[in-house]
Amino acid sequence: MVRLILARLAVLIPTFVGVTIIAFAFIRLLPGDPIQLLSGERVMSPERHAEVMHDLGYDRPLIVQYGSYLGGLVTGDFGSSVVTKRPVLQDFLTLFPATLELSLAAMLIAVTIGIPAGVLAAVKRGSILDQAVMSVALIGYSMPIFWWGLLLIIFFSGYLGWTPVSGRISLVYFFPPVTGFMLIDSLLSGEKGAFASAVSHLILPAIVLGTIPLAVIARQTRSAMLEVLGEDYVRTARAKGLPPLLVVGVHALRNAMVPVVTTIGLQAGYLLAGAILTETIFSWPGIGKWMVDSVFKRDYPVIQGGLVLIAITIMMVNLLVDVLYGLINPRIRHG
Amino acid sequence: MADGHDPNGSVAPAVGEVPRRAGLVEFWFYFGESRGAVAGLVVFGLLVAIAILAPLIAPFPPSEQFRDALLVPPPWAGGDRPEFFLGTDPVGRDILSRLIFGARFSLFIGTVVVVVALVGGITIGLIAGYVGGWVEAIIMRLMDILLALPSLLLALVLVTILGPGLENAMIAIAIVLQPHFVRLTRAAVITERRKDYVTATRLIGAGPLRLMLITILPNCMAPLIVQATLSFSNAILDAAALGFLGMGAQPPTPEWGTMLAEAREFILRAWWVVTFPGLAILITVLAINLIGDGLRDALDPKLRRS
Repeated sequence: MVRLILARLAVLIPTFVGVTIIAFAFIRLLPGDPIQLLSGERVMSPERHAEVMHDLGYDRPLIVQYGSYLGGLVTGDFGSSVVTKRPVLQDFLTLFPATLELSLAAMLIAVTIGIPAGVLAAVKRGSILDQAVMSVALIGYSMPIFWWGLLLIIFFSGYLGWTPVSGRISLVYFFPPVTGFMLIDSLLSGEKGAFASAVSHLILPAIVLGTIPLAVIARQTRSAMLEVLGEDYVRTARAKGLPPLLVVGVHALRNAMVPVVTTIGLQAGYLLAGAILTETIFSWPGIGKWMVDSVFKRDYPVIQGGLVLIAITIMMVNLLVDVLYGLINPRIRHG
Repeated sequence: MADGHDPNGSVAPAVGEVPRRAGLVEFWFYFGESRGAVAGLVVFGLLVAIAILAPLIAPFPPSEQFRDALLVPPPWAGGDRPEFFLGTDPVGRDILSRLIFGARFSLFIGTVVVVVALVGGITIGLIAGYVGGWVEAIIMRLMDILLALPSLLLALVLVTILGPGLENAMIAIAIVLQPHFVRLTRAAVITERRKDYVTATRLIGAGPLRLMLITILPNCMAPLIVQATLSFSNAILDAAALGFLGMGAQPPTPEWGTMLAEAREFILRAWWVVTFPGLAILITVLAINLIGDGLRDALDPKLRRS
């Protein structure tokens, strides 16, 4: 197991280095003077310019600059925001739980609806139900989620008045963040109604972010189930006279889950991309909105550092999925 | 004229043509079996027609402002101006006309992005798969890096470097979509490269260019065509998303995503300015994905969905 993890980590190293090269090049590829961009000062005397250039190490050879940049990353120095002057890593760690909470909620919706829907469609193959599920899945798969979010706001927040339009919790509640997860923190705070408020804020963004994974999982579950249902051992189980629910739910589903778990793992990158749009629409204070805001504020060190941190996050999630996959599938573990 | 190009000339091309035509018939048979794919093709055809004929069928020019008709609802939903079938936007422009002209942008974006990504991806993939060795290793590592980042984030960062605008958004999206084509081409080339017909062609004396482009490439097309269709819809979605974030086409361009961005602040007052541009994106993407599913089923028996 340890060997598997180490092997996967070794594969990730060149990719990580590549991402850092992209991030390093990013600042230097921007139109305009990198010194002004990085210092955030608009008007500079030549002396001040040279001073900042020296302070930032821009008068050294490129390769030395890259080396010290990489050295900084390894020791946790991802640069500092031009706007807030706070370290990028600190902001990332503060905002990440919000995105994680949203992503987990989205995945929960996608899995709890997507897998049963896919199983049903496979079992009732060719029926109206199957066609309905697959049509809805295809629509979900083609959905421009930024529009989908706006529609849900129009209907549930505007027309019905059920859910709030933005943020993570109503402003009347105030308590110190303990875990960073609003659902848990609101429960811990003991304030009446805080948890309900957190849920009502989370539900629409989670649906929006979960829509495409839901469609993908439903389609994948259906085709995996169809394949498994045709296998001999399923026929044997049926011939033995086992109840259909047991055959489908235990014998077939367990094996059909292997490709579905991979699909779920592969959604990690999508969730972060989707978070960019979802968080922007719902003013959800996570890393997606943080990146978009930084693009608009021209806070280049944040974009640079955020890019690397997001890449690391995705690589770690993929590594985790690989390891989990090895745990449930011995052929990979020993391969 | 005896070089084989004359249809009435030598027998050789006719022999070669029979299986090709039969293949096409078989393809149409499988493609036509899927009602969804045919429906998608019909809708897509309509969209192309709308895009081409936009100046003729749009009731108004896309940027003409009617100052006396701001945020007018559609006439069938309580609006008092029957000439604006889908209502007007906050500055009094006819939404239907803007949507019709918007079809041009979406289809143009999809086409350009797919062509650029496809040509670039095939070229790089062919080189990686055919040359192998360290060239392949470097290319594939580069593609891994591009795939390690969420496509929309990468596109956003690229647009930050290049500057906001439709052209730069298209370049960014093409770069982001390209690795998929590189991977597919390389994988297909590696399996084809070892086959007997390639060895035979090489023994006859075909050069590497001929081997790559004429011998191997046509046999790698099926997965590439399916991926191209998917990329077409992805390109439209990503361009609309960038437009929505304010980094794609800039106002007053009637690009659907940009229209949504402009309409955002009015969502609780005027549902129609938000609803229709998004619906246009959804219908277009859905039609293309339906075609993609049908193409996959028809072109590749291995991928055929049961």
